[in-house]
Amino acid sequence: MTPSDSKKSSSQTSANDAGVFASDEDLNAVAKRIRRHIITMIGNAGSGHPGGSLSAVDIVATLYWKVLRHKPADPHWKDRDRFILSKGHAAPMLYSVLAECGYFPVNELTTLRQIDSRLQGHADRTATSGVEMSSGSLGQGLSFGIGVALAGRLNSQDYRTYVLLGDGECNEGQVWEATMAAAHFKLDNLVAIVDKNGLQIDGPTCDVMNTEPMEKKWEAFGWHVIEVDGHDFNKLYEAFKKARTIKGQPTVIIARTIKGKGVSFMENVAGFHGKAPDKEELEIALKELE
Amino acid sequence: MPEEASMREAYGKTLVELGKTNPDIVVLDADLCASTMTKYFMQEFPERSFDVGIAEQNMIGIAAGLAASGKIPFASTFAVFAPGRCFDQIRMSIAQSRLNVKLVVTHGGLSVGEDGTSHQAIEDLSLICSLPGFTVIVPADAVETMAAVKAVADLKGPCYIRLGRPKLPVVFDDNYKFKPGKAVAMRAGTDATIIAIGIMVAPALDAAGILAAENINCRVLNMSTLKPVDEAAIIKAAEETGSIVTAEEHLEHGGLGSIIARILARNRPAPVEFVAIRDTYASSGKPSELLERFGLTAKDIAAAVRQAIKRKK
Repeated sequence: MTPSDSKKSSSQTSANDAGVFASDEDLNAVAKRIRRHIITMIGNAGSGHPGGSLSAVDIVATLYWKVLRHKPADPHWKDRDRFILSKGHAAPMLYSVLAECGYFPVNELTTLRQIDSRLQGHADRTATSGVEMSSGSLGQGLSFGIGVALAGRLNSQDYRTYVLLGDGECNEGQVWEATMAAAHFKLDNLVAIVDKNGLQIDGPTCDVMNTEPMEKKWEAFGWHVIEVDGHDFNKLYEAFKKARTIKGQPTVIIARTIKGKGVSFMENVAGFHGKAPDKEELEIALKELE
Repeated sequence: MPEEASMREAYGKTLVELGKTNPDIVVLDADLCASTMTKYFMQEFPERSFDVGIAEQNMIGIAAGLAASGKIPFASTFAVFAPGRCFDQIRMSIAQSRLNVKLVVTHGGLSVGEDGTSHQAIEDLSLICSLPGFTVIVPADAVETMAAVKAVADLKGPCYIRLGRPKLPVVFDDNYKFKPGKAVAMRAGTDATIIAIGIMVAPALDAAGILAAENINCRVLNMSTLKPVDEAAIIKAAEETGSIVTAEEHLEHGGLGSIIARILARNRPAPVEFVAIRDTYASSGKPSELLERFGLTAKDIAAAVRQAIKRKK
């Protein structure tokens, strides 16, 4: 996080007349900045989860820059769309996104994981502006999202709720309790996104605990399924747009991603699930992300 | 024999009353609405009711999401399932998140009876009291249940109310005013204090009656709010009566007795005797048989008081 980084972000994003976050900025540039933040902050902290943070960057950047209705200056705005990070270990990604949107200063990102920092090791709704749910223990976000979506329906509010899960996370039984319930309640204001990077801590998901066929599972549980390249901004945007038109059932976007995306020596390496880059690795990574 | 009444019925009826005046109240259940008595609310307000099926972990998460969106969710199941089955969900999605979820669980304790050990929650108070920020209430009868349910609807933050399965003797009259966090003096006395919760309050009063015939005057406190507990009343009891007996339908570990012992050890050491289930599981049987077998009767409380008084210096 250099001072120029933070200056750049504030000059290139803006709020429209209604105060809603709006940006025409090229998502490639946004995503690159976010990846630089992630690597830098985890490197500084000496611990954290780069792999699953990097795999989800393009999905979440698309959401915050192109899809979500939100006001960084008013994080509790009642009509905001909700983004729920169920895979809470990707908190550095969410913090970077929120800071780039203006929820808090970009230079605060370097405090990740430090005592008294607002940026806790895993996402914490009581600590950080813009974080909707405390997560870190996997499998709980979709249930939470159902509650948020039900409340929106009860209140006749038209906000939409987006929940990001990992594919490894889908090992958790609670995910499938929630999958069943969201379809039962016909929550077409709820979108799940599976960041399908194919790796979990102990290795490839197909070896550790096979979640395939992922699409058929969600479909069988009553969801509208969209499969997409999780690093293609246009395709992601189209998928979110399509989800908005699906009525009477929830939509899941299964996004094929690369764990560690953007840093060559982290890509598809399970070992970088929860390992910080050392000083030398950090330098190489930042050079790759220039 | 005093009149008996069902705490679960009282809960179900009170929820309907609350629902009429507070549109933010929503109710969740996990396929047990006819046992927890959330069925009354579900019949009256179907649009604000969510039966999530046999999926308690999911229920906790949904309740948390509703609370984060301004609703006041009452989520009910059996005490063995919450906190037992969904402890981690309660920990992260409610306690750490400081969300305004009301867990009202039924079938607490041994008095579940014939269903056996799988259904007898005797660890729940230990689990739930371990969570920072939770208010934990164990009402003593149907009247206190009504009052406690109304009280938690107005309290901001996570709350847990533990109810029993069987009908219980009514120990409070209709003028009873419940104050969260305040012990209720049920009987005055100077020789020892019995501190009881839930189903054990009525036998505690009976024990005090037995002991009065032996010229032992027992104070009886109903410690219905287990957390935050009324420390002042506990310390005062130790100072004024010199010995304490705790009585709970729960394991000795981590419940009322542990809490009282901790507070006394820190502030005003005094002999304490514990009427609770020792380190064991029970079995199927009639509630009365089980309470007798595992030492949870008025007779057991009276014996513990005699022992506590003997230990006074």
